[in-house]
Amino acid sequence: MTAHMKQDKPDRSNRLDAMKQGVLGKAIPRIEGLAKVTGTAPYAAEYAVDGCAEGVLATSTITCGKVLSINKDAVLGMPGVIAVIDDPKLITRAAQGTADEAPQQGPKTVCYWGQPIALVVAETFEQARDAAKHLAVEYREEEGVPLDPQAVEPEEQEDETVRQGDLAHAMAKAAHTVDVTYTTKGHASAAMEPHAAIARWDGDKLTVHASLQMLNYNISELADALNMEEVDIRLISRFVGGGFGSKLGISEEVVAAAIAAKELGRPVRVALSRQQVFQCIMRRSETTQRLRLAAGEDGRLIGFGHYALASNLPGETFVEPVLQSSHFLYGGENRELMLEVARVHRMTAGSVRAPGEAVGMPALESAMDVLAEKVGIDAVELRLRNIPDQNPEEDLPFSSHKLAECLKQGAEAFGWDSGLRKPRHSRDGEWWVGTGMASAARVHNIAEARARVTLKADGTALVETDMTDIGTGTYTILAQLAGEMLGLAPDSILVDLGDTRHPRGPGSGGSWGAASTGSAVYVACKAIREEIADKLGVQETDLDLAHGTAASGEALVDLLDGKDIVREGHYEPGDIEDDYTASGFGAFFAQVRVNRFTGETRVDRMLGAFGFGRVLNHKTARSQCLGGITWSIGVALTEALEFDPRDGHLVNCDLAEYHVPVNRDVPDLEVLLVEERDPAASPIQAKGIGELGMCGGAAAIVNAIYNACGARIFDYPMTPERVLAAMPD
Amino acid sequence: MRPFAYGRPRTIEEATRVVADDGAMAIAGGTNLLDLMKLQVETPEKLADINRIGFGEIEDTQAGGLSLGALATNTATAVHPRVRADYPVLARAILSGATQQLRNKATNGGNLCQRTRCFYFTNVDQPCNKRDPGSGCGAIDGVAKLHAILGTSEQCIATYPGDMAVALSALDASVDIATANGEKRTVPVREFHCLPGDTPWRENVLEEGEIITAITLPPPVGGTQIYRKVRERSSYAFALVSVAAIVEMEDGLFTRADLAFGGLAHKPWHDPRVGEALIGQPPTSETIDRAADILLADARGFGENDFKIPLARRALHAVLEPAAEGAG
Repeated sequence: MTAHMKQDKPDRSNRLDAMKQGVLGKAIPRIEGLAKVTGTAPYAAEYAVDGCAEGVLATSTITCGKVLSINKDAVLGMPGVIAVIDDPKLITRAAQGTADEAPQQGPKTVCYWGQPIALVVAETFEQARDAAKHLAVEYREEEGVPLDPQAVEPEEQEDETVRQGDLAHAMAKAAHTVDVTYTTKGHASAAMEPHAAIARWDGDKLTVHASLQMLNYNISELADALNMEEVDIRLISRFVGGGFGSKLGISEEVVAAAIAAKELGRPVRVALSRQQVFQCIMRRSETTQRLRLAAGEDGRLIGFGHYALASNLPGETFVEPVLQSSHFLYGGENRELMLEVARVHRMTAGSVRAPGEAVGMPALESAMDVLAEKVGIDAVELRLRNIPDQNPEEDLPFSSHKLAECLKQGAEAFGWDSGLRKPRHSRDGEWWVGTGMASAARVHNIAEARARVTLKADGTALVETDMTDIGTGTYTILAQLAGEMLGLAPDSILVDLGDTRHPRGPGSGGSWGAASTGSAVYVACKAIREEIADKLGVQETDLDLAHGTAASGEALVDLLDGKDIVREGHYEPGDIEDDYTASGFGAFFAQVRVNRFTGETRVDRMLGAFGFGRVLNHKTARSQCLGGITWSIGVALTEALEFDPRDGHLVNCDLAEYHVPVNRDVPDLEVLLVEERDPAASPIQAKGIGELGMCGGAAAIVNAIYNACGARIFDYPMTPERVLAAMPD
Repeated sequence: MRPFAYGRPRTIEEATRVVADDGAMAIAGGTNLLDLMKLQVETPEKLADINRIGFGEIEDTQAGGLSLGALATNTATAVHPRVRADYPVLARAILSGATQQLRNKATNGGNLCQRTRCFYFTNVDQPCNKRDPGSGCGAIDGVAKLHAILGTSEQCIATYPGDMAVALSALDASVDIATANGEKRTVPVREFHCLPGDTPWRENVLEEGEIITAITLPPPVGGTQIYRKVRERSSYAFALVSVAAIVEMEDGLFTRADLAFGGLAHKPWHDPRVGEALIGQPPTSETIDRAADILLADARGFGENDFKIPLARRALHAVLEPAAEGAG
């Protein structure tokens, strides 16, 4: 039986707060944590499959053109080599998140350097890798294709354009104005687990173990690529070693493994090398952003302009949504926002860790720091004065809004000193020390989801959904949710995830997993509670369940009388999405030191205060925030994809040369969870949290660099040479 | 990765013989070579695992110095009491390199022989004169942020990536080498690595069949010893610029200034004139600038790495200004 809920109105009943088990929100450790740290949780490539052949993708050494021929015979003679596959159904890019259909297919057409052009299959991985490197390919290269985003005529993304009032006029008459241009470099997801897939066929039925974030979309993408029906495919992704956007859509190894396994009549594993993950999955686009802020004497914005240029391959629909939170974060009646895309032949640009705000917010929040200085007021106060009462571009209220509380509580907890605003106020030996802050914002996303909950006759429960746990804590929070609703301890609940045989949901991405699938579990549990209430002859709202017992004294096992109760929960967002602007908000505070000789910047301490609705697990939520703040450090100081100017290939394609922050870069981080209930965000009053922690944090660091040493820098990341170039003598 | 034969010589004589006669490549910690084999930058047909030939000891020398066995690990070397007490610049340099896990595996001899991290060298589908002589240099007009500003050639602008050898250069250590015909020879560290010139594939003076057996440190000289590594992230990153310095002051004047630089060239950069310019001088900004002028007189940037020229100057100030305070 399916219980359905379509949320058209805010849910202020806060039913979860009335439950008695007392487990939701508790900082319980991850259920699967021990299995992961002891190596017993199998990742996609780690399943032992009898007779499995090994495939390695051969990749293009030209940027753009046609593959005229591949000399297969030469490598087929090499030891162990079984096949060279260049089936036209092979995909040559990863699918964008929620694409629901196959991405670009046909490996004979090359659109970027490093693009897969064939799969070489051998008995061992090493044999396949060697053969893939030896594949002699004849190309017809297209010369002179655009590689530099600044050198092409961009296309406007008209859906993003907003023109309200007259920004130019506002800029001309305002007491204070800021007109600054920032650049950000490309980023890589840099998940720990490289992409891999094992495909096997049983007749016409295909099973694939893969590392994916959104199985419900991925199965459609795979079915479309292979011209199959979804019912003939099973995708399994029980453990995912980090996604960060790079596993939203199916990628090249999944389709290649499936085609090869079919052709060879035996299972095939395709594992990408670290370099291939960097070079042929997804990049975050570099951006150029112009911020125009016009403010009155008191710092209140009368004009707001944000222009952004991103890039992508021709034909890709995704454009880094840089302006996402700029549309509503601050007021200002004269507004001009525009997003453009430059078509270049670098690898595919797609979702990477908080697409949009991850780079849009750092630019906006750095510009706000410039404005605060011009107006001569404290940076926190400037933000407080500019929080709008409702969405400034649409006549919509906010579902909930914790920015002011986060700013105030964060400032208090950090010890923000609004008096220390003049650069170079503090020196420790050869290090200038300074502080900075920024607001955080990240749109709340939610989507239709289904989950099945079985309350078993023995008093345990089973939760089944195709939702994934990409390291975020899904297993644990779903057990907590079901436990809270059904009056059970989480350790008596089995959560079974990452299998398309289960009821489907939107998966993990855009921070929407917990709220979406959590709501489906909530709906299923509510239906089970109704059944139990019926048995007891009470209203569901009067049913108190805790520790396997109803408040009236009956044990659940007795009530069940040997029969399971099975309910599928089906949650749909409904009209409410059109009635509210829903977003997570927060504030970052950072103290940094900048070396006066070398321009090196090190973060001394950092605090983030975040409001994102109900906290489902204080430990996993805090961990998400810690990870987000760590990403902020990367955006501010170290992370930058570098592309060759002649062929557009990504040069720094491993973890030694692409600099994510390491332990020593990450100081003590403090996280303040400003808990709230957002009645319009979801029936569990929770919003997304995974990405919020990085949406603006880099600006707090960059503003602190200015406060420390007086260097205003407009190009992210703030590497030593950029700091030195901008540092006054 | 190509199939390869793997052998374990038990003595240095056996090791030099298989390296010389069978064309085997010596492998010790393998922290660099295995990566390069996976990328097929290196495709040896035979590997001689020399981990069992001895030379893992760290011992006092008769002259009062210290002999670091070629097969002692970087970690064992950095934590050795005499290294810490008498050669702190070396301990600091080693500990600023790589990660704990890599240092636990990496050996002293292997560290000296590590290859450049140039992006074009490690990508076999790009041109590189070092890896594939005559194919061209991808870096000169490419992404050259990490690349050299001193001693470059038309053929190659790669840097030597290590830290340990920079400190060894400042310490004027020497490399003990066993030759293929059973003899021994010693080469100063300062002359061990080569500039690229027309032979960028030749990175050091080891001849065919030769294996490093030890690194010999001269008797300790004291002074203030500093290793300063400028880098984007604070661990597991190669130096943009590094400075190894041994400095002594008397009556407010430099009496010793042994300096070597990393991240600037195809080898640890030691220019005796830089230190000489400081001797007898006070540690003023002008004095240090004069030394930097000498160091950087022939420096040439390739666009993206132009910043290294002022950064090297500033790093020298960063090292000498506080060192002067500490030594004074």
